[in-house]
Amino acid sequence: MPKRQDIKSILVIGSGPIIIGQAAEFDYAGTQACLSLKEEGYRVILINSNPATIMTDTQIADKVYIEPISLEFVSRIIRKERPDAILPTLGGQTGLNMAIELHNSGILDEMNVEILGTKLDAINQAEDRDLFRNLMYELDVPTPESEIVHTVEEAEAFVKKIGYPIIVRPAFTLGGTGGGICENDQELHEIVTSGLKYSPVTQCLVEKSIAGYKEIEYEVMRDSKDNAIVVCNMENVDPVGIHTGDSIVVAPSQTLSDREYHMLRNVSLKIIRALGIEGGCNVQLALDPNSFNYYIIEVNPRVSRSSALASKATGYPIAKLAAKIAVGLTLDEMINPVTGKTYACFEPALDYIVAKIPRWPFDKFEGAKRNLGTQMKATGEVMAIGRNFEEAMLKAVRSLETGHKHIEMKHAEDLTDEWIKKRVTKAGDERLFFLGEALRRGVTIEEIHEWSKIDLFFLNKFKNIIDYETTLKENVRDVAVLRYAKKIGFADETIGKLWGMNESDVYDFRKENGIIPVYKMVDTCAAEFESETPYFYGTYGDENESIKTDRESVIVLGSGPIRIGQGVEFDYATVHSVWAIQEAGYEAIIVNSNPETVSTDFSISDKLYFEPLTIEDVMHIIDLEQPKGVVVQFGGQTAINLADQLEARGVKILGTSLDSIDLAESRDRFEAALHELDIPQPLGKTATNTEDAVKIAESIGYPVLVRPSYVLGGRAMQIVYSTEEIKHYMATAVEASPEKPVLIDRYLTGKEIEVDAICDGTNVCIPGIMEHIERAGVHSGDSIAVYPPQNLSQKHIDTLVDYTTRLALGLGIKGLMNIQYVISNDEVYVIEVNPRASRTVPFLSKITNIPMANVATKAILGTSIIDQGFPTGLAPIQEGVYVKVPVFSFAKLRRVDTTLGPEMKSTGEVMGKDCTLEKALYKGFVAAGTKIEDHGSVLMTVSDKDKAEATELAKRFVEIGYSILATPGTAKALEAAGISSTVVDKIGSNGPTLLDVIQNGDAQLIINTLTKGQQPARDGFRIRREAVENGIACLTSLDTADAILKVIESMTFTAMPMPKAKVEVNM
Amino acid sequence: MTTRKLILETGEVFEGQAFGSDKGSDGEVVFTTGMTGYQETLSDPSFCGQIVTMTYPLIGNYGINRDDFETISPAIKGFVVHELAKTPSNFRNEGTVDDYFKMKDIPGIEGIDTRKLTRLIRNEGSVKGYLTATNEEVNVEEVIERLKSTTFPINQVEQVSTKSAYPSPGRGQRVVLMDFGMKHGILRELNNRDCDVVVVPYNTTVEEILAYKPDGIMLSNGPGDPLDVPEAIETVKNLIGKVPLFGICLGHQLFALASGAQTFKLKFGHRGANHPVKDLRTDRTELTSQNHGYAVDMDSLAATDLEVTHVALNDGTCEGLRHKTAPAFTVQYHPEASPGPEDPNHLFDEFIELMKNNTREEQQQHA
Repeated sequence: MPKRQDIKSILVIGSGPIIIGQAAEFDYAGTQACLSLKEEGYRVILINSNPATIMTDTQIADKVYIEPISLEFVSRIIRKERPDAILPTLGGQTGLNMAIELHNSGILDEMNVEILGTKLDAINQAEDRDLFRNLMYELDVPTPESEIVHTVEEAEAFVKKIGYPIIVRPAFTLGGTGGGICENDQELHEIVTSGLKYSPVTQCLVEKSIAGYKEIEYEVMRDSKDNAIVVCNMENVDPVGIHTGDSIVVAPSQTLSDREYHMLRNVSLKIIRALGIEGGCNVQLALDPNSFNYYIIEVNPRVSRSSALASKATGYPIAKLAAKIAVGLTLDEMINPVTGKTYACFEPALDYIVAKIPRWPFDKFEGAKRNLGTQMKATGEVMAIGRNFEEAMLKAVRSLETGHKHIEMKHAEDLTDEWIKKRVTKAGDERLFFLGEALRRGVTIEEIHEWSKIDLFFLNKFKNIIDYETTLKENVRDVAVLRYAKKIGFADETIGKLWGMNESDVYDFRKENGIIPVYKMVDTCAAEFESETPYFYGTYGDENESIKTDRESVIVLGSGPIRIGQGVEFDYATVHSVWAIQEAGYEAIIVNSNPETVSTDFSISDKLYFEPLTIEDVMHIIDLEQPKGVVVQFGGQTAINLADQLEARGVKILGTSLDSIDLAESRDRFEAALHELDIPQPLGKTATNTEDAVKIAESIGYPVLVRPSYVLGGRAMQIVYSTEEIKHYMATAVEASPEKPVLIDRYLTGKEIEVDAICDGTNVCIPGIMEHIERAGVHSGDSIAVYPPQNLSQKHIDTLVDYTTRLALGLGIKGLMNIQYVISNDEVYVIEVNPRASRTVPFLSKITNIPMANVATKAILGTSIIDQGFPTGLAPIQEGVYVKVPVFSFAKLRRVDTTLGPEMKSTGEVMGKDCTLEKALYKGFVAAGTKIEDHGSVLMTVSDKDKAEATELAKRFVEIGYSILATPGTAKALEAAGISSTVVDKIGSNGPTLLDVIQNGDAQLIINTLTKGQQPARDGFRIRREAVENGIACLTSLDTADAILKVIESMTFTAMPMPKAKVEVNM
Repeated sequence: MTTRKLILETGEVFEGQAFGSDKGSDGEVVFTTGMTGYQETLSDPSFCGQIVTMTYPLIGNYGINRDDFETISPAIKGFVVHELAKTPSNFRNEGTVDDYFKMKDIPGIEGIDTRKLTRLIRNEGSVKGYLTATNEEVNVEEVIERLKSTTFPINQVEQVSTKSAYPSPGRGQRVVLMDFGMKHGILRELNNRDCDVVVVPYNTTVEEILAYKPDGIMLSNGPGDPLDVPEAIETVKNLIGKVPLFGICLGHQLFALASGAQTFKLKFGHRGANHPVKDLRTDRTELTSQNHGYAVDMDSLAATDLEVTHVALNDGTCEGLRHKTAPAFTVQYHPEASPGPEDPNHLFDEFIELMKNNTREEQQQHA
């Protein structure tokens, strides 16, 4: 059917900030959708609060609004832009929930706006647990025994009937937020209570646990003609019981016979038809491993993380086609963009196997509960493609960038058998590695199956990997053995370890013997039709399909899986770099391992290699492509970390040279360089062992800031106050060595400033300077950044520009750089220089209209900044105020302390922009999900050092009519300043305590500051967690509190009595 | 290690590991893209005389089970896979593909670059090939010469058709099923609808067929070139209009030929479980299971009493026909699925309806 002519403009709702459960995949989906609709000639209006995305680039839609995705702001945009329709199914759960809210508010009817894609009643039917269950009854599709509950008592009654374990699924929440498996009364009480809180309709489904069943997913699509297809099916290696986002997944299914496959396919199609979805849909099913019995688990009536994975796994662009379906086109009239010859109405045939492994943030959150269950905890994922299971799995393992090159963990020999059994039985993030260790110790696959319920097929494959370690060990330098080891995916590094060789010697030995990978195309059709798609993966086979072209090429290394500290911002820079390379006339080749991103959309680059970002895998591609050089500065630390090994193998690093990178990152050389440039930095030194560390810290004077060199996102960075603490830090937090020293700096308190700059070797362009709301000590990624700076004197601005210019030139930067400064006692100090693209590149690019990654790439390729037509020095300051507000995912991560510090904890960010700081902040807070009430109570519990400052804040709260709740100590301090407050007892007291206040929702805001050190057992930790569990904003920095207060002040009028007349009036 | 080679008439040699029978085997090398359903595929009689390559690289994962055969004696000449599972896993698993092939004395090869082979077939068209015996030392040149000069037997239908008629009873309509190499799935679908089926050999005469007093006739799938079974074309010609008729795959081609149309050989055929077919009457597309190397020539239909009901979405070839006046329709694909999607399963219901209506009409005429 032809596309609809009765609609002209469409509002697309994005998914907002990156949080656990809703990540870069929606940038990919949204970008595809917007471009796809534009291609059809529609006027596309986009709203998304997340500036770090490609989709919010102004060329992606006709009108881009970076505004909070809230009823207030979306309604305003609808009134202003008057779209004919909205498309909410590509913006994740955020988009769907927004559509429902808009509908309920009546604005869609009032403005005559149609919802495209999935109709509202279908969304409700799929999302509302009760309606969904009824529909399944009607369709005769089995669902696990379950009950809808609105209270804990109802849940208890259900358990009386069914018994434990049961699964709790809150309605209308994302990534299983607030849900979980309960095995006893206490867990039931906890999980149901929090689940009901998180559900916007106070509704949970409690169901019989079918843990242990095979978990199978189908990605289905349907159009208005009722054509319906399955794009991909996937099988979770981890059986039912672990959120699919936290499961190791393979595509296509491996253990299903044709009958099982089609039985579940039929059900999936039946459901998408019954719901009347026009677009994409994800169906999750549980299949009994011992019969044909199955249950439907869940349906997502929209494009999802799984559909992004399915798109990358098959090549079939689901979001792009879903958008076209939404405007009336049908599958049988659209061409499959991969083959360019066949139609989109078909089901991709794979001739490889895809493995996905989630990337969890537990390396940053050591105190967090690492158990996996029905609530997703991963921040990102990697995908790998191979021609056998072992190869795909091992490639995925080394794509993770968690230090693993193999199914092998450090210090495994210290583990007891019991511990291993426990960690295989109860799934956690490292289960795969414990499983490998169990096999290595001779535990049978039948036993492991008993423990984990993982299918024997997969266990056999894992066993094959582990067994081959022995074969390798016993056959050093045996070519046939090596050939097979490579075939099943062993890394050179692993082989080297077993053979007593280093990685590069194995590489060379292999090359001598002609054992090198070939590249096969991902073509959706198992080679049945000729395809032109330049999307490749490496494997060990006979025929190479990736042919080097005559054009000179440049390789860009991507940033791998999304993790805290290395988010979608780096994918943004990568994509822009690719575009710039193409504009400069070169062939742009990208290497990346992350299926969620825009950069791994095959239509972005001239050639996409879906490969791990390790030296071995990247070198293979370089050997084949013989590029002009490799760009490493846009892929975050992932790519930067490969630079020295690449250069050691004779590869040309384009842009900032390895020597310059080292100059910026090696502490001693950096110090010398700064000295030479006469730029001050906080006193500091490097230590390679505990003894030195203590000495240095004492000579500098506490507090000191300690961190390992060469890290991103402030991993293992701490402020240390005593010798005791630094000893503890050196013993537990890092493994210091001469190659990996620890940096120890004086901790300066003051205003933190962040500057990004582009240098072409001669000229330096500074798009903007950002001022942080939180004082130094809070990681820059977790601080609210403001552009332009609001409180900087011209003198300081001049100094910053001067230092930045001299640093760029002095360090030999070619491309992008990012500098963190602190202004302390009226003096500007450099804290650190990152010789690469930073997190703020998209934020600043969007504000200043200087496409920084693009300009930098062209500078790298030889066009000066001036020739490109961009200013040198500080770019003209833009009108308005822009704030970048961090967004956290604490609700998903139990037992993580939410207090802000030098280690980054946020998963995403939003932008707020308006004409004043207060308005911009308001938008930023709203977009980040912080509720701002113009009246209510604030609960204050602050440390002694903060009491004076907190008192000032309290005064201002009182003036706008807030009442103050405070713990005894804080209350006393307030009392002394003449501020009355309601005293709330500390945890453990007899009367109502802090926890009751929080749980009862008596406080709208909590201000809590840390005494010192990191002792999560203390009250402060309980308070902060309780706040998260109850969805109340808890501010751990007085600067953030001040910012919020400014916003509330600007929203309200003061309630001050008239000043008493000085002169007595005679009445 | 037991090695085995696959030698193609075009000169390529693939070396891998042997499984199944130790003997050598000639055949036409084809590929199929289905990701599941290898058991149904290897036992599909339409593959008679062919060496079948699975494009999906991991085969045998769920083993061989009791239920999923499409015939009792597989007719394929060899099986080519990238990796064969040694330790299958599924609750119905009763043994490995290797064991099964040993039992049935069929050779297989694994460990070769099946994608390279597939691309070759795609570019060159179906080719003749020889699977060597286990560890056989051969003169490759000689084998190639031999392959080039060999013409494979054209009596595949005779090879796979039942030798004598047998019933598969039910209480519903009587269907005579002409077995040209029938997949069990067809019989299963008819029996599921309570048909009283009589399966007859491919060369059964019109008189013999009509003597069963059928309510309908089912023309089964089968291997090879439809022109190689002229006697069946003749039979079908004389059945059209007498009894409602439904044909699948080879049965579809025979029906076309019997009605005066032509057939031709496709470059490398349609084999897989993801072939979209558009129903011209409803304008809807269904995913179908297909396995055919020949197709009905669209241009040749003008002079016949047939109309096209279905076309392949991708290459526009003929996928379904209906007689303009007689109660008869056929499809090129496999509505019985196994392996593959069950989207077109409703065609069997349409056949049942057609038989019912026909009986009703006849009764009215007699009344």
